[in-house]
Formats: sequence, C-alpha cells, structure tokens
Amino acid sequence: MLTKRIIPCLDIKDGRCVKGVQFENIRDAGDPVELAKWYAQQGADELVFLDITATNEGRKTFAELVRDIARHIDIPFTVGGGIGAVEDVEVLLQNGADKVSINSSAIKNPQLVEELARHFGSQCVTVAIDTKYTDASGWKVYTRAGTIETEHATIDWARKVVDLGAGEILLTSMNNDGTKAGFALDITKAVSEAVSVPVIASGGAGTMQHFADAFQLANADAALAASLFHFRELDIPDLKHFLKTQGVDERI
Amino acid sequence: MNLVIVDYKAGNVQSVQFALERLGVQATLSADAETIKAADKVIFPGVGQAASAMAQLRARNLDKLLPTLEQPFFGVCLGMQLLCQHSEEGDTELLNIIPLPVKHFETELKVPHMGWNQLEKLQSPLFDGLQEKEYAYYVHSYYVPLSEYTIAQTSYPEPFSAALNYKNFYAAQFHPEKSGAAGSQILKNFLAI
Repeated sequence: MLTKRIIPCLDIKDGRCVKGVQFENIRDAGDPVELAKWYAQQGADELVFLDITATNEGRKTFAELVRDIARHIDIPFTVGGGIGAVEDVEVLLQNGADKVSINSSAIKNPQLVEELARHFGSQCVTVAIDTKYTDASGWKVYTRAGTIETEHATIDWARKVVDLGAGEILLTSMNNDGTKAGFALDITKAVSEAVSVPVIASGGAGTMQHFADAFQLANADAALAASLFHFRELDIPDLKHFLKTQGVDERI
Repeated sequence: MNLVIVDYKAGNVQSVQFALERLGVQATLSADAETIKAADKVIFPGVGQAASAMAQLRARNLDKLLPTLEQPFFGVCLGMQLLCQHSEEGDTELLNIIPLPVKHFETELKVPHMGWNQLEKLQSPLFDGLQEKEYAYYVHSYYVPLSEYTIAQTSYPEPFSAALNYKNFYAAQFHPEKSGAAGSQILKNFLAI
C-alpha cells in the first residue's frame, strides 16, 4: 500500500533554519542539515525546505545548502522559495533536490508551471497554494507570503495548475496556519477531490488526531507541519504509530 | 571498482552519486563512450520526461552505445523505463533493450504514484538482506507491467514491475538513492553483482 506521508517543513534564511508563526515572528530552529538528518532517522517520509531569503547572495547560499542536504540525507526533499524561471529549477535539481515548489511565481506567470513540467516532468513540480477563507470572498488564493488576495478561487486555481502540469499541490490554509487547531479539512477535501494529483495538507496541525483527520476525513495524501515537529511537541514515531492504530497506512 | 554514472543531465544524477558516496564508493559521472565502455559497472539514473530524455541520449550518441554494454548495468526510475521498447509518454520509442512496454497509470488513485510503497515477490540478488514488503520511494506516472523479467513488484492498485532484470541489465522503478536504509542496501547489492 502507498502510505500517507508525514512531511516536516523547514524555513531557511541565509542557510539557517527558521520558523515563522503565521509567517511573522521568526525564530531560529537550528542547522538545516543536522535537522534534516534527524528527521530522516525519525521516519519522516519527505522534507520540504522553503527559502525565505530575499537576496541573490542568499539564493546562492541556498543552492549550496541543497547540495549539502542531498549529500547527507537518503529520503526525498522538495525545495521552494524565490523560484521564477526554468534556470532556477535546473540549479536546484542538479544540486540534488527531488522536487521544487512554486507559489507566487505561478500566479504571476502560470505558463511557468507548464514550462517546468515540460523540462523536468510533472513529478518534480509542486505548486504551493496559500489559501484563505473570508465571508466576503470564500476560499481564495493568496500571494506574497499570504499577504495579497488574488482573483483566483482556490479550487479553480488548483485545477488550472494541474492542467498546466503540476504533479502535486501543497495547500496551506492561512486561517489555520499557526493556530494548532487542526488542518482546514473542508478546503483540503474539496481540492483533493477536484484534482488527480497528490495533495499535501498544511497549516494548523496541533495534535495527532489532526493528522488522522487530514488523511481520513479530508483525503489528503500527505500532511506537513513545522514548529510542531521542530519544538518536539510531537514526535514522528509516536505520530506514525498512532496513525497506524487509527487505520492509516504508514511507513514505520 | 570503476563505477560510472551515465551523465546526460538527468535530474537525479547528483543524488545517485551522493548515495554511492555514503556507501564509501566514488563514482565517475560521464557521457563519454570510451569511459562508459571501460566501466566495471554502470548506473543509469533518470527523472523527467521520456521523449526529452531520449533526445538527450541521442544528442550524446548514447542511444547506440547503451544497448551494446555487457557489464552489470542498473537503470533507475526513468532510467528503467528508457531501457524498454516504447512509452505511452509522448508516444516515444525507447532504447529497446528489454522488450517491454511503458504505460500510463489508468486508475482512480492519485497520479503520479508518489511516496513510499512496498516491494513484494523479491527474486534477485539485488534484494539480498531485504524483507518482503520493504518500503521504497516512488514518484512516477508511467509504469512497466509485470513480465517474465520482473524481479520485484509493487501494487498501485494493480501490481506492476518494481524492478527488472534482463541479461546484465538491472532496473528499478523506485529510487534506491532516496529509499533510506533499504535503498542503500539495494545499491550495495548491485555493486556486489
């Protein structure tokens, strides 16, 4: 059986690991390579590294870090942040990343998704969608680290990027992110049913039951969390054993 | 041992080289015919799209060379599919080393088949030291059906070829370089063939 994936996410700035709470108030959570090795040993199925560095110099540091990570860990990892062109992706994949995640640049230029899929295959193109619900607009796609509302309805946008060649959707609910009150089950389920590719649920995990709900109630294929794992509020082996007792297929 | 990784700008070349490094083995990256011919063993990685990978191979004349190799050869992921005859991906003629088709997953399940799934019916020295139902990491939308050359299978939901062996050509649809300790053991086993 294909198992449901547990994915720790590491935010990277200038080669160091940080975690934004609601994308603000950043705290240092350690050396990315050491943390990655530790997660791999703990049984993480995959890792995501998001580069939140804004400078060109920082980008080069990130490419070197990707290479260092690939050298040391034996599980797959996705990298994202600041990817705007085919050449950016080429550098990251050649340094050993398995997948890339694009977000704002897909909104600015949807054809980028198609170009990336054509050059590198859909299997390495993850489109990250930051979504937020408001009574006025419903579930909309947000851009620029979740600060600006776009005209795209979340489900329509998910369908569109999959049609363009996305091989995976990383769906983060801005309403839930940082709350520890659980994933946004309704929109996760709606997106998962709307597209043929795997969907990663992100934002809001606080308990083991939240992960079970994402898999069993919202049909997510993977679930992502950051500070929950970084600060050892929840350990991956405990989580996976719990999920297994709940009838979720897990690699243990 | 003179180990060569075929370098035709496939995405996971670096990952395969690092996985071998973790086993203490230095591999040479090369697209040069003489270097590849002289290797004791050859590893052929691959991710991406079949037609563009074939174009890269043809641009380096590797489409002619690879089928003539006689040393132990290991194709990984797309590197396995390229050894076959024909792929539904872009209606592409492949290297035609192993007489098998490559088909698109037609299933209600999510495609790509992405994540950790189990290896079953292991029947090759490639899997020495591994248990049945060991997990391996997959990410692919096309597959090789079961055949007389299948040496391991995985189900999604129907069983397909997880690995193949035909003469000196071994191949895995999953990524041993990304499959934790089990993957390392498989690479180690290949080096011992």
